[in-house]
Amino acid sequence: MVDEKIVRYIASLARLHIETADEPKFARELEAILHYVEKLGALDVVHVKPTSHVLDVENVFRDDVIKPGLSREQALGISENTRDGSYKVPRVIE
Amino acid sequence: MTTFETVIGLEVHLQLKTKTKIFCGCRNEFGHEPNTNVCPVCLGLPGTLPVLNRQVLLDGVKVGLALRATINNFVKFDRKNYFYPDLPKGYQISQYDLPIARQGYLDIVVEGKSKRIGITRAHLEEDAGKLVHDAVNNCSLVDYNRTGTPLVEIVSEPDIRSSQEAYEYLTALKLTLSYLGVSDCDMEKGSLRCDANVSIRPLGQEKLGTKTELKNLNSFSALKRAVEFEVVRQTGVILSGGHIVQETLLWNDAQGTAVAMRSKEQAHDYRYFPEPDLVPFTLDEGQVQAVRESLPELPYVKLARLMAQYGLNHYDAFILVQDQGLADFFEACVKLPADAKKVANWLIGPLMKEMNERRIFFTGMSLTPQAMVAIIQKVEAGVISNIVGKDVLAIVLDTGKAVDAIIAENGLAQVSDDESIGKVVDEIIAANPAAVAEIKGGKAGAVGFLVGQAMKRMQGKANPKKINEILSRRLQDV
Ligand SMILES: [Zn+2]
Repeated sequence: MVDEKIVRYIASLARLHIETADEPKFARELEAILHYVEKLGALDVVHVKPTSHVLDVENVFRDDVIKPGLSREQALGISENTRDGSYKVPRVIE
Repeated sequence: MTTFETVIGLEVHLQLKTKTKIFCGCRNEFGHEPNTNVCPVCLGLPGTLPVLNRQVLLDGVKVGLALRATINNFVKFDRKNYFYPDLPKGYQISQYDLPIARQGYLDIVVEGKSKRIGITRAHLEEDAGKLVHDAVNNCSLVDYNRTGTPLVEIVSEPDIRSSQEAYEYLTALKLTLSYLGVSDCDMEKGSLRCDANVSIRPLGQEKLGTKTELKNLNSFSALKRAVEFEVVRQTGVILSGGHIVQETLLWNDAQGTAVAMRSKEQAHDYRYFPEPDLVPFTLDEGQVQAVRESLPELPYVKLARLMAQYGLNHYDAFILVQDQGLADFFEACVKLPADAKKVANWLIGPLMKEMNERRIFFTGMSLTPQAMVAIIQKVEAGVISNIVGKDVLAIVLDTGKAVDAIIAENGLAQVSDDESIGKVVDEIIAANPAAVAEIKGGKAGAVGFLVGQAMKRMQGKANPKKINEILSRRLQDV
């Protein structure tokens, strides 16, 4: 049963801001989604091999060879917040 | 009063020293300017796809085999989801239910007793970036050079029962891993990192207590201290009627305390799912066998062999196997041939000292096994004294010159003829009547003083046995 508490927890894991007023609505919708997916539980899959990947391909490798990447200017150019050659983010408290 | 038992499991992260990162062609190297080894893949830019570095998979197999683990012939990668600025994609590519290796072990020796520590699993994953916190400006700076560095995470069973066992396990693990040539295994540089899961339970109870995870253990001694601190803390909490809260603690080695990491409170809910951007991988028996054949003789096997084959004691053999180069050099010397115990003594004593002082290693060293054995033989034959032998060793290390040439050029050959030594001994006896009187009075200790004086007069080049011999003969005549 998805309640408001679970909605808040999932929102915090996903770093989403949700208005308190919307929590019951999301709880109902998530509940409905889970209910829908639960239908799969009715199938007998005891003899079905788990799917690791949808493509029927294995062993795609690269060799251990250096390839040029981005220059620091290119790398930092995608951010508005940089300092001393690094990306600048709000302080993470530890 | 309840007696508690400590239960510890260690999680060790090993950075592989492949040329490139695990999923992209960026250079995999420590110590570059921030954000200079990055590309769209390791920055997690939209539309990019990771491709596995073949060498990383093979190195993972190597680590697994060295830990006597079973290699899974079918492996896949999974996403471990959490948000943190050092993780550009918002998830780490790791392995969840099909790791590269499972069910291995490592034998350790604690207080003379052998103990087997189980290894639950070893899996491959990518490292995260590096954060530098700036309290003054209230920001954190992110360097993604380390992002995508290949890691092998080695998870032990909760078989460890004390801080000493934890220390021995990490020591044995590091030594074993260092033989594989797949990593620098340097705790200071972070290429070997260790977290400890610690819990306590009443002795005899089967059910495990609630564990805490200790992070930021940057050295072997930090691991030991942190575990000891946490065991005392947990015991105090339980004895005062409290409960242990499952949490991650950050160890502060300077202060000797651990504090809870608030930022990782919810981090244990990772919502793993199969990585859709990487197809699965299969390893056939032939590939695994090829890696198995490439394994070097592992340190503890070597240790037992050195003891059996050369009659070394455990102490000497243990020191020799700490460095593969040292053990190889030892065997090269002994094969020339030379006396194993004498070679071991010279290597463990003078050679290690001189090498450490010069910060040189066996690769590229100018001392050959032939030169080392020549020095030992000159000393044994009495051509040079033990002290001069050490000087010759130092000169070979510095110049690479031949041992005979060094002895000849510097006039280092030991004086052994009775006449020259006799002359000096007579002078010393004449110059030290007080010491001679003491010896006559029964104080044998003064003999050493006279020998030292004679040796000094002859600039350390006299054969000390000869001095002793002649001195005691002359003293009888006085
Ligand atoms: Zn890259």
